[in-house]
Amino acid sequence: MSAPKGVSELSVPADERPKDAAASRAATKEEGTPDRRRRRGWVTITLFLLPAMVLFFLLVLVPIAIAIYTSLFKWNGLGGPPTNFLGLDNFVRLFEDKIFLGDLQRGLILIGLSLVIQLPLALAIAMLLNQRMRGRALYRVVFFVPYVLSEVITGVLFTMVFSPTRGLANQVLDLVGLGNLATTWLADPSMVLYSLFLVMTWKYFGFHMILYLAGRQGIPRELTEAAEIDGAGGWKAFWYITLPLLGPTIRISVFLAVIGAVQLFDLVWVLTEGGPIHGSETMAVTMFQQGFKRYQVGYANAISVAMFLISLVFALGYQRYVLRRDTEGAITVMRDQR
Amino acid sequence: MISLGRRSVALLAAASLLLGGCASEDGGDTGKAASKTIEWWHIQNIEPMLPVWQALATEYQKAHPGITIKVTPLENEAYKAKLTTLTQSGSIPDIFNTWGGGVLQQQIEAGLAKDITADIAPWADTLTPASVQPYQFDGKTYAVPFDVGMVGFWYNKALFAKAGVSEPPTTWTGFLDTVKKLKAAGITPIALGGKDKWPGHYYWAYLAMRVAGLPALKQAGADATFTAPEFVQAGERLKELVDLDPFQKGFLGAGYGTPDGQAALMGSGKAAMELMGQWAPTVQRDSSGTPDGIGDDLAFFPFPAVEGGKGDATDAFGGGGGFAVGKDAPPEAIDFLKFISNLDNQRRAVATGAFLPVVKGAEDAIKDAKLASVSEALGKAAGFQLYLDQAYAPAVGQQVNDSVAELIAGTLGAKEVTEAITETAKNE
Repeated sequence: MSAPKGVSELSVPADERPKDAAASRAATKEEGTPDRRRRRGWVTITLFLLPAMVLFFLLVLVPIAIAIYTSLFKWNGLGGPPTNFLGLDNFVRLFEDKIFLGDLQRGLILIGLSLVIQLPLALAIAMLLNQRMRGRALYRVVFFVPYVLSEVITGVLFTMVFSPTRGLANQVLDLVGLGNLATTWLADPSMVLYSLFLVMTWKYFGFHMILYLAGRQGIPRELTEAAEIDGAGGWKAFWYITLPLLGPTIRISVFLAVIGAVQLFDLVWVLTEGGPIHGSETMAVTMFQQGFKRYQVGYANAISVAMFLISLVFALGYQRYVLRRDTEGAITVMRDQR
Repeated sequence: MISLGRRSVALLAAASLLLGGCASEDGGDTGKAASKTIEWWHIQNIEPMLPVWQALATEYQKAHPGITIKVTPLENEAYKAKLTTLTQSGSIPDIFNTWGGGVLQQQIEAGLAKDITADIAPWADTLTPASVQPYQFDGKTYAVPFDVGMVGFWYNKALFAKAGVSEPPTTWTGFLDTVKKLKAAGITPIALGGKDKWPGHYYWAYLAMRVAGLPALKQAGADATFTAPEFVQAGERLKELVDLDPFQKGFLGAGYGTPDGQAALMGSGKAAMELMGQWAPTVQRDSSGTPDGIGDDLAFFPFPAVEGGKGDATDAFGGGGGFAVGKDAPPEAIDFLKFISNLDNQRRAVATGAFLPVVKGAEDAIKDAKLASVSEALGKAAGFQLYLDQAYAPAVGQQVNDSVAELIAGTLGAKEVTEAITETAKNE
């Protein structure tokens, strides 16, 4: 069995592909005229797509439309449709809202830290776990387990770990003689964002690690071997062979990390509710506060629309300018090789 | 190359989906009418009241064949979120918990809560007037109370004695002195759950009541103006307290009812005081994991008077709980409320120690001396102020909580607090 060539193939197990091909060949044989075949094809496509399209329309497109519509109103969410039309006032208010502007700043810090610390850490561990070593499979599972836990469980767990009086974090620091580094983690407004990032890293690095590991295994062994013969071992081989060939995986993982940081909510809510003094508040937390605590559903929807636009613009831009290289370059090259 | 393998990855992914799925909530069910099912949402989701409510519902169903009472007990915050989601779709349970004030008013304006003045008229005079007050607007009643209480200082007598304080303070200056003495004795004077914000707003609210007086607070709400010098002074008094650093280490991140939160610290005897409502002993016991908290060392004293203030020193700050009736509720819903509010059933509820009586004549059912002292202070009160985060419109109430939290954290001045609240109130 040949090694998988990249992340994109993870979802399509190799041993199923030939069957698909055989099935479609059989189908072609049964078909009549090209016209009828095409019509039947459309019917099949429509039938198969219809349930998904209906769900997508009702559960994704309609709510987005409603959110955009209600974001133009002053509305407390009670008793029927909104009536107090404000135009774009809610969006103007966004840009004067210190908390929302702070959310943007904190979001950028979290994204920056993720890219500079979390992803390189995940990459390093993935490379380590790619070596031959005793208990490798166990390590892989152990590092992946935090990602499997739900955000709420993680949040509750770390409120205990970071408890200023009885928390594990301070006790461990004490034990290793770093007691003077003991701090109030989640209770210090200037510290809380970094504590949050610590939890995020603990929770999500395993996911990125698995991505990198899968990507690393897609790199043909011959390449590294050839490099070794040419005298490029260890660090050099990583820098000139592994890293460039991991490009597509890294670009996807960066994309997921950024979108994840923009939409971060449940973990923060359980850990700190965005506090103290908005020190760990994210856009989604502000949205929840406005909508569910202050009953300003119109304004909360304006925040959600802003989040949606930020994610959309980033996603489209990223696909257009960053991921295009992968669809035109790496993947087509791999296809040629096949 | 041997690897984790695609199958294992898929398995892990599937497992993560399953485990992650546990976190998602079930969809909200809808309250409806027509049939003889009464949808009842309450927030007494723990002992001792959970079984009592359930027993009352069962007894009522037995006595009235054909009526089903669907009981949904929810935790406080979960209840708020779930009800908000439900009301946005225009429906509401037949009987639902309310704290009165601004939120109830918005629900009334939206036509979700029913005017029950006429329905309860035959037995309305069995209820104490103060307990019904938070649910009355323009002379109409919108809910039946089941609990009423007030906020005050709960203190640890043993720790006070250790610090050489024999009598609880009755003035603000005396209170600050007590804090200093406790601190000097190496005791954490006050436990505070800063993460939850609402426990902190009690301090500002009480100081505003003592300095500016009840009419001024009411007027400020009506005028959407909180910038009067008295409100700034209230913030300055609070600043005097905050400057003494009276709270436990890491209080800004502590919750109220969490295992290392405000109530747990009191329940385990690690802090000398907390400013909290009549439910404090129950939560102290629950969250500290002790059989009886600090037991008889726990006692209650009302919020001290502030020298030169306009407010009456007996004025009480608090609130209670009531059951409002949904717009489409069957008449049996009100009959059921009458049933749970009769003297016998009220005695049963009060006897659990979770509630203070709202029905005249049930006072003798209070078994606990601590609760009796709260009831006594409530009886002496010349005036009553509902929690500010309930009394005002939700956005204003939350702004009070947020701004006072910032004052306590030291990032906002007394004057800026009043300005921030005013700005939000003006936008409402």
